[in-house]
Amino acid sequence: MRRLPANLIIGGVLVAIVVGVAALSLVWTPHPENAMNIRGKFAGPSATYWLGTDQLGRDLVTQLMASARNSMAVALIAVLLGGSIGTVLGLLASAIGGWVEDLVMRFADISFAFPTLLFAIMLAAVFGPSLQNAILAIAFINVPVFARVARASANQIWTREYVFAARAAGMGRFAISRDHILPNIAAPVIVQATIEFAVAILAEAALSYLGLGVQPPESSWGRMLSEAQTLMYLAPQLAIWPGLCIVTAVLGFGLLGDGLRDITDPRLARER
Amino acid sequence: MRHFVPSLPLAALVMALGTGILADDAAAASLVMGIQQEPTSLDPTSDATASIDGMLTQNVFESLTTVNEKGEVLPQLAESWTVSDDGLTYVFKLVQGTKYHDGTDFNADDVKFSFDRAMAEGSTNPTKSIFAPIASVTVIDPNTVEIKLKKKDAFFLFNMAQGDASIVASESADANATTPVGTGPFKYAAWTRGDRLTLEKNADYRGAGTVALDKIEFRFIPDAAAASAALLAEELDVYAGFPAPEMLPQFQADPRFDVTIGSTEAEVILAMNNSKPPFNDLRVRQGISYAIDREELIDGAMYGQAVPIGSFYPPHGPAYVDLTGMYPHDVAKAKALFKDAGVEGSTMTLRVPPFSYATRSAEIIQAQLAEAGITVKVENVEWGFWLDEIYKKLNYDMTIISHPGPNDMGNFARGPKYFYGYDDAAYNDLWKQISEETDADTRIALLKKGQTYLAENAVHGFLFQLPQVNIQKKGITGLWVSQPVLFRPLAGVKVE
Repeated sequence: MRRLPANLIIGGVLVAIVVGVAALSLVWTPHPENAMNIRGKFAGPSATYWLGTDQLGRDLVTQLMASARNSMAVALIAVLLGGSIGTVLGLLASAIGGWVEDLVMRFADISFAFPTLLFAIMLAAVFGPSLQNAILAIAFINVPVFARVARASANQIWTREYVFAARAAGMGRFAISRDHILPNIAAPVIVQATIEFAVAILAEAALSYLGLGVQPPESSWGRMLSEAQTLMYLAPQLAIWPGLCIVTAVLGFGLLGDGLRDITDPRLARER
Repeated sequence: MRHFVPSLPLAALVMALGTGILADDAAAASLVMGIQQEPTSLDPTSDATASIDGMLTQNVFESLTTVNEKGEVLPQLAESWTVSDDGLTYVFKLVQGTKYHDGTDFNADDVKFSFDRAMAEGSTNPTKSIFAPIASVTVIDPNTVEIKLKKKDAFFLFNMAQGDASIVASESADANATTPVGTGPFKYAAWTRGDRLTLEKNADYRGAGTVALDKIEFRFIPDAAAASAALLAEELDVYAGFPAPEMLPQFQADPRFDVTIGSTEAEVILAMNNSKPPFNDLRVRQGISYAIDREELIDGAMYGQAVPIGSFYPPHGPAYVDLTGMYPHDVAKAKALFKDAGVEGSTMTLRVPPFSYATRSAEIIQAQLAEAGITVKVENVEWGFWLDEIYKKLNYDMTIISHPGPNDMGNFARGPKYFYGYDDAAYNDLWKQISEETDADTRIALLKKGQTYLAENAVHGFLFQLPQVNIQKKGITGLWVSQPVLFRPLAGVKVE
C-alpha cells in the first residue's frame, strides 16, 4: 500500500481536533457559555479556569470551544451553499455550452473580482450586520470557485467514451450530467471544498473581527481577537489563544485539502 | 565621519522632523489632537454632532458669551451686558474692530442675523429650545444689541455661549457646513474627510498676542488600538476623550505622557422608547432598572473609570442627589415586575451606536437582563443609521447613548417627538419652573425634585457619568481636563 502524504496526516489530525472540540461543545463545556463573572476578570490559569478568564470573567476555554463550533457551522453552511450552487452552475455551463457557458463563466470572473470583505460590508450596510449575511457573503465568493472547478472537470468527462455511449443511447444532457458527470467530478469538488473550508474559517474570523460576523453574545475567534486588541498590554493571552485557534483550524483544513488533492489527482500521483 | 553627507532617507527624515525641531526657533507651534468622532458637517448651528463643537466652537466660531472650565459665564463677542430688573431685557455691548476670517466686519447686524436664523420657522438648529424664550432681537447701534425675553431664563447667558448660538455672518453662513467662517482665534484651513481637519492661527484676532498655537490638526481615530499606536509613535500630541480605559496603565507608566481624568456632562443612559409598548409601562422600565447591576457594568465596561448615576444629572453638579439606591440590583424584584407586566421571557432589541462605552455596556446589559429572563437582541449600528432611525424616527426599543450637553434635564420635556418618546405634563411643568427660576437656591431645590421625579418614573436605565480621559505628551499646558460644555477652547494651549 502506498504511504499517505504527510500533509494529509497532519491536516487530518488538526481537523479532527478542531471538529472534535467543536462537536464536544455541543454537549459539554467546562463552564456555561457566555457566563460572565466580571468580578473575576483576567483570572490566570487554574484548575477551575484552565486558560484563565477574559475581560468579562468568561472562561477562556469555554469561549474558544464555542467559537470553534460557530466557526465550523458558518464554514460548513457557507461552503455547502456556495459549493452546491457553484457546482450546479458549472455542470450546467458544461452541459449546455454556448451562451449559457459564457454567461456563467463571465459571472464567475466578475464575482472573483469582488472582494469578500467588501461584499460583506455592502450586505451589512443594506441589511444590517448579522451572522446570516456573513454566511451569505462567504457562500457568494464560493460560487465562482466551484463553478470553475466543476466546469473544467466536467468538460473532460464529456469527452469520455462512456459519455458518448450514453448520448448515442439517447440520454439527455441533464440526465448524463446527473448520472455520469457529477459522480466523476466529485473528487476535485470535495478537494476544493476542503480548501475552501479553510478560506471560509478565515473569512468568518475577519468578518467577526470587523463586527460583521458572529454577533454578541455568541463568541467567535475573530471577535475575541478584536476585543483583545486594546488588552495587549494587560492580558496578551486573550489575543494569543484565539489567534492560535485560527491558525490551527486554517492550517488543518488547508493541509487536509492539499493532501486529498495529492492522492486523488492522477497527474500528481503519476509524478510520485 | 559621514555626518555632513546626509543620505536621502536621512534628509527626508530631517525634513519630516523639521517642524518639530525648529518649533522653538521659528515659534511654529502646532498641536496634533486625536479625537474619536468625525462629524458630517462643520456647522455647529445646524448639526447635533458633539465633535463639531469640540473642534470649532470658541475656536473658529465665537458666541456672545463663553464658559470657562468651571462652567462660569465670561464675556466673548459681548464685552459687557446689563440685565433689567425684571430679568427680561438684556443689552449687550459688543467688541469693536473684530473681523470675520473672510475679512467682513463683525457688528450687531450679525448678532441679529444669527439669532433670527436660529429662531426661524424651519431652522435646523440642533437646540432650538435655547432660543425659545427670546421675544425679539433689536440692533440699537452697530455695537449694541438688545434681546428681550418672553419669560425669565436662568440659563440664558450660559446657553448663549454654546455652539448653537455661534454668531455667524450672513455672507458666509450657508457655506459654514464645509468652509466654516467665524471670528475666533483660529481659522479653518482644510478638511480631509475620514482623516483630519486643520485650523490655522487667525493673525488678526483681537487677542492674537496671547494665542500660542499656530496650527491645530484634529485627526479622526475612532479605534482605540489605532489611537494608542498613534500616541506611542508620537504622531499625536494629545488624544482627547480616550475611549479605552483598560489601556491607561500603559500610558500612566510611560514617562512621555500625562494622563488626565476629568469630569464631563455626559450621562450614559439605557434609553427606552417610552412611546412604545412595553416601555410605556412603568413596571417594565422599573424591572429593567432593577435588573441592571451598575457596579458590575462600570467594572466591566469602563474598568471602574466612571461614576454611577441614578438619574439624569452629573454627580459633580451643585444640585446632585444620589439616587443610585432607588433601584438596587435585585433580580427577583425585576422578575416579579416583568411577570406583573406580562413581559417575562420576551425579546427586546438593543440598537447600539459605534462607541466603545455603548458596545461594551450592551454586552453586559444583555447578560444582566438575561438573568432576569429577558432576551436582548443586540444590533450594532452605524452613527448615521443611529441619527436617522433612532434619533429622528424613534425606530427602536432600547439604545445606549451618552448626553454630553450641560443642563440637559430639559430633554425630558422635549415632547413625544424627541427620541425618548416621553411626554409627561407634570414633568413639562416642573422643567418650565426650573428654567424660569432665577434664584439659585430655589432652582437647586427644583432640580433635585426633577431628578427624583425622573428616577421614580424610571424613564430610562440611568447608568453612569462618562469621564473625560485625555492622554497628552508632557509639556502641553492649558488644555481643559474637564468638559463642562461641549466645546474645548484651544487659544490658551501652549506646547513646550
